[in-house]
Amino acid sequence: MTKMTGAQAIIKCLKEENVSIMFGFPGGAVIDLYDALLDTDIKHVLVRHEQGAVHAADGYARATGEVGVALLTSGPGATNGVTAIATAYADSIPVVILTGQVPRALIGNDAFQEVDIVGITRPCTKHNYLVNDPKDLVPTIREAFYIASTGRPGPVLVDLPKDVVASTITYPEKKKIKMQTYQPNYAPHPGQVEKACKAILKAKRPVLYVGGGVILSNANKELTELAEKIHAPVTMTLMGLGGFPGTNPLSLGMLGMHGSYAANMAVAKSDLLVAVGARFDDRVTGRLDAFAPHADIIHIDIDPTSISKNVKVDIPIVADCKAALESMNAWFDKSADFDSKASAEKHQPWVDEVAEWQKKHPLTYHQKGDIIKPQYVVEMINELTGGDAIITTEVGQNQMWAAQFYKFNKPRHLLTSGGLGTMGYGLPAAIGAKMAFPDATVIDIAGDGSIQMNIQELATAKQWGAPVKIAILNNNYLGMVRQWQELFYNRRYSATPMEITPDFVELAKAYGAVGLRARTRDEVVPVIKEALATDNLVIMDFVIDREEGVFPMVPAGKATTEMLLV
Amino acid sequence: MKHTLSVLLLNKPGALSRVTGLFSGRGFNIESLSVAETLDPKVSCLTLVTRGQETIIEQITKQLHKLIDVIKVTDISEGEFVEREMVLIRVKAESHTRAEVLRIIDIFRGKVVDVSPTSYAVEITGPESKIKAVIDILRPIGIKEIIRTGTIAMARAPKK
Ligand SMILES: Cc1ncc(C[n+]2csc(CCOP(=O)(O)OP(=O)(O)O)c2C)c(N)n1
Ligand SMILES: [Mg+2]
Repeated sequence: MTKMTGAQAIIKCLKEENVSIMFGFPGGAVIDLYDALLDTDIKHVLVRHEQGAVHAADGYARATGEVGVALLTSGPGATNGVTAIATAYADSIPVVILTGQVPRALIGNDAFQEVDIVGITRPCTKHNYLVNDPKDLVPTIREAFYIASTGRPGPVLVDLPKDVVASTITYPEKKKIKMQTYQPNYAPHPGQVEKACKAILKAKRPVLYVGGGVILSNANKELTELAEKIHAPVTMTLMGLGGFPGTNPLSLGMLGMHGSYAANMAVAKSDLLVAVGARFDDRVTGRLDAFAPHADIIHIDIDPTSISKNVKVDIPIVADCKAALESMNAWFDKSADFDSKASAEKHQPWVDEVAEWQKKHPLTYHQKGDIIKPQYVVEMINELTGGDAIITTEVGQNQMWAAQFYKFNKPRHLLTSGGLGTMGYGLPAAIGAKMAFPDATVIDIAGDGSIQMNIQELATAKQWGAPVKIAILNNNYLGMVRQWQELFYNRRYSATPMEITPDFVELAKAYGAVGLRARTRDEVVPVIKEALATDNLVIMDFVIDREEGVFPMVPAGKATTEMLLV
Repeated sequence: MKHTLSVLLLNKPGALSRVTGLFSGRGFNIESLSVAETLDPKVSCLTLVTRGQETIIEQITKQLHKLIDVIKVTDISEGEFVEREMVLIRVKAESHTRAEVLRIIDIFRGKVVDVSPTSYAVEITGPESKIKAVIDILRPIGIKEIIRTGTIAMARAPKK
């Protein structure tokens, strides 16, 4: 049994959990841990704001499927991380956040840089801990990784009093974790699988509605197999994009508020909706009673609370998406009643009907003169990266244009704050992804407003050799809010014009990055090409048509068939 | 509909606030709540009375279950169960009403636990309906203070 300090034990434990990189920002309460970090090969990426640390850990986790790790100091360090923790929570991303805390004797005394971060983050973590006893230190961190990465994943915070970290402890043997109170269920109930498959056999107008659960459980292959086997159209939520190839003829792209016409019509007309790892969010369903009104609903989700929360489900399957889809595929392969060719023939009229909708109202925009349309920028990024880049986004119109016009063919290639919609997510998340995959092209499709929320992370990208590319769709507006004001508030643009915006080209230079600008349509492709060709960090400033809108759009509270079109 | 939930949870700091935070954060209502250690000192039992449509109760149960510190959630009002609540009532007892108060307490099998020249403090135990009845009867005489424990409940053992 080896004795060591709490700090050394934490590092050893992180190594056991296969942590090779963490993102953080130091302070008095975590100084022991930072000292111990010098003696390991775990890479610590110093960010410029704690929100950036947790977003970067989150981006790392989304891109790799592994647990991201962030280290923050007590008080303001921890509270600065809260928005990013809530972001990870809303999208079920496995992140472990270690926060420093004042020594145990001072807890509750309003000590310097003391804050009840366990209390503050209780509603936005999957679970959290305050380590009160040095002997619980290592078991707690192990449990944190276990909880973060299993079941429906999510962020777990461990608050570490300074004296606990500084104490001397005996390092406990690694044991298999078994918790009395937490045993996620992965395997689907065979009876439910059979019911679901039989419902699919009977359906004439089935639609697969795919959410982030498919990405989280790495079920994209199984999903594609099912969709092709039964020959059914597939639509994805923002979080589900890449779960099914965007260029597959069966793909309808995204559904919901800014979904494609075909996707929303298909759901409205379907007789069977197969929801896989999706949670019937209000941005997807629109007015609830008009959502999939003719359809029976099968819902696969690992989290029982998601089932029948917003929409009544006919056939629930509480399971890991991958395991459930595997079982369904196996059922069809064995079933004497199922024949893939016959199913394809049976569904062809439906697939054709959906294709008609696609033809009638494709995702599109009206080019006028040589002004830059943001959709064109995204199309060109898609083309020049071969649809292979890892795309992060900020929030607003930029996010929706990225979701609509980039054709995601692979999972874990769109990193975006879906549930919380956090402006400022894209740049730090891109850094996290780039640190994980140094050879990948990583592009943050950004808005001029959002990018300023974590712009300080340019220095992080520079310091740690994470030459991501930032494509600002610059409308000099808080564009998405402006669009709502235009449509529903009589064009009263309250607080949405960005009267002062930095010169992003000069700003890039100030950080040692490359700044490029395009003012006309002709300049778009050369700028993207140049950005992709340099090894450096790049900001591309695309001066776009200022009042371009995101369409289709389902006004809040309307049925998803009541779309405003281009 | 009124539901009585019995929740076993780890006796850890913060566990209770996870439960109450869930109710306030999601807009579920808590009519009463009572919590104490079980035979196993590492585990607490919490009895919670709430009201809502079946879909809400289903969400509440699932959400409680999802909390990492929660071991088990049972909607015991789905089956046969016994419920008890204790109440302490300080009731006015002046010379002309002292005897009557004692008579009423006796009918409800209550006990006097504190006496002053102008009041009695009485203890009554029973299901919610009985507590309500005793309060209704004592109110005209003059209730000065009332403290209730909230309901605790236990499922009845199966009769073979
Ligand atoms: C942190 C945060 N604050 C406010 C909002 C509300 N909001 C949503 S979109 C948006 C506008 C974003 O502007 P910009 O980044 O320029 O993107 P655009 O819509 O113009 O593409 C705002 C303010 C938010 N999502 N996140
Ligand atoms: Mg903008």
